[in-house]
Formats: sequence, structure tokens, C-alpha cells
Amino acid sequence: MAATVATAPSRTLTGAAGIGIAVGVYGVSFGVLAVAAGLSPAQACVMSMLVFTGASQFAFVGVLAGGGGVLAAMAPAVMLALRNTAYGLSVAPLLTGPLRRRAVEAQLVIDETTAMARAEDDPRAARRAFLATGVSVWLCWNAGTLAGALLGGGLGDPRAFGLDAMFPAAFLALLAPQLRRPGAPVAAVAGAIIAVAVLPFAPAGVPVVAALAGVVPGVLVARGVRP
Amino acid sequence: MTWAALIALCVISYGLKAVGPVLVGGRELGPQLRQTLDLVAVPLLAALILLQTTAVGHHLVFDERVPALGVAGVLVWRKAPFLVVVLAAAATAALLRAVA
Repeated sequence: MAATVATAPSRTLTGAAGIGIAVGVYGVSFGVLAVAAGLSPAQACVMSMLVFTGASQFAFVGVLAGGGGVLAAMAPAVMLALRNTAYGLSVAPLLTGPLRRRAVEAQLVIDETTAMARAEDDPRAARRAFLATGVSVWLCWNAGTLAGALLGGGLGDPRAFGLDAMFPAAFLALLAPQLRRPGAPVAAVAGAIIAVAVLPFAPAGVPVVAALAGVVPGVLVARGVRP
Repeated sequence: MTWAALIALCVISYGLKAVGPVLVGGRELGPQLRQTLDLVAVPLLAALILLQTTAVGHHLVFDERVPALGVAGVLVWRKAPFLVVVLAAAATAALLRAVA
């Protein structure tokens, strides 16, 4: 591996705070939608604290709002949560504390924290990015959910502010440094192709999980085997 | 019933997250396994970027998010700070929507 360059702690904190704010705005819209779908504010807040996976939560209340039952709402929510298992395996080598500590850190395993951690080459910087982003996002997501659940509608559509475009941009900025790793460009392209290929018929959440198979050609290339 | 489903979802989503940190975390891993785990996030993030930019339900749609990601891509390439990248993408999409 090339010489590792760790991002300065202050820049990590700025990035973590920025992601937290963007997530917080989505937390507000989650709170609004959850209450509109029939959850109590307490249920919306418990969900954000303990499920703490935005995509799953939106899917859950989306099905309820569409008239589906709670069991029908569970299926897409669980599908969308599946990718966190892959993320958890990805960040596991960074989490070297005792079991109790790791069990708490596990709750912070989501898209944003994995992307921030994995953008770092240095393990200590990666652990710092994971924790800073996790705490920032957890606090903002829950504060946003509470505010949205209590305030209700009338806050406007976050899309009008371009907030939905922030997440892919953030993930792109975090993916870019990882593409220097051997095999990573192949894994990225393969993952994108797989996701698009299964999108037309796969249930919500499955395309991103299926993209995991892109690891295989990536590893083969990294080991010098031409597929 | 809603509470029961909610608690079940909490338990399931935590369990899915915890597999890696609880079972693998803190262990010495072989270099081949390390290399594989290092790559795990890459195809998932690539898929996420693509679908969050173009997917609506089961279809690909090219709307204001695509030029926003293009602006972000140029800024990432020019090594702009993270917050600049993210805010520029939001501003691009917001501006195009306001104009439309």
C-alpha cells in the first residue's frame, strides 16, 4: 500500500458535522411522514433511536402510509437493512475495542459511517471518522425525527433545497479515495452494473445488496487473476 | 401490533449490523480476508450513488440529480473540500428545480 495519509481530526469533525446536518433535515421529514402514516411521536422516536437506518425507516412508514399492514412494512425495511451486515463486516477490522464497546459501536453501522471510515487509509483515522460520523448522525437524525414528529407538516419538501442530491454527492466524495485500492475500480463498476441490472424486478433494497457480488471480480483483479 | 413490529424491526436491524463488529471485530484476520473486507463497501457505495442519482422505484430517471452529481464529480476530481462538494450538489439541484 502507498504511504498512508490520515485526514486531520478537525477536517474529520467538519465532515461528520456536515453529514449530520444533512441527515438531520431528512430526520425532520421522516418524523413528519411517520406521524402522517399513523405512528405516534413516541414510536417515530424509538424507531429512529433503535432502528437507526434511514432507508429502512422510510420504507416502513411508506408502506404504512400506503395502507399496508405492519408485516408488509417489515419486508422492505429488513431488505434495506441487509446491506448493513456487509458494512459491519467491512468496518469490523477497525473496531478493536472490547466486546461491550463493539456491541454499542455496531448500532452506528450505516451508509454514512462506513463511507467516512472507508475513505481513510490509516486505521486510527478511519476509527475516528466512523465514531465522529456515527455520533453526529445519530444525534441529528433523532433530533430531526423528534422535531418533525412534533411539528408535523408544513416544513416544505427537502427536494426543493436539493437535499436528495447531497447524499450521492457525499458518497461519491467518500468513494473516490477508495478507488486507489487494487481491484476497487472493477468492484465499483461491477457493483453499479449489477444494481442497475436487477433494479427493474428486485424489491426495494435488493439491488444495493446484490451489488455486493461486485467484490468478487474486484478481489480477482487485486490478486492478479484476469477473469 | 405496531409496537410489536417496531420492536421486532429494532432487533432485526441491530442484529444485521452487529454480525461484523461483534463476531469479527477485534480479531486478527488473514491478509486475503482483510483485502476482501476492504473492498466490501466499494460496490455497495457505487450502487448507492448510481441509484440515489437515477432510480425512482424500479426505473432509471434522469432528472436534476444527475447534473448535481456531475458537478460533485468535477469538484471531487479537483480535490475540493467535502462540504463544498455536498453543498454544490444540493445548490445545483435546487437551482435547476427552481428554474424548471
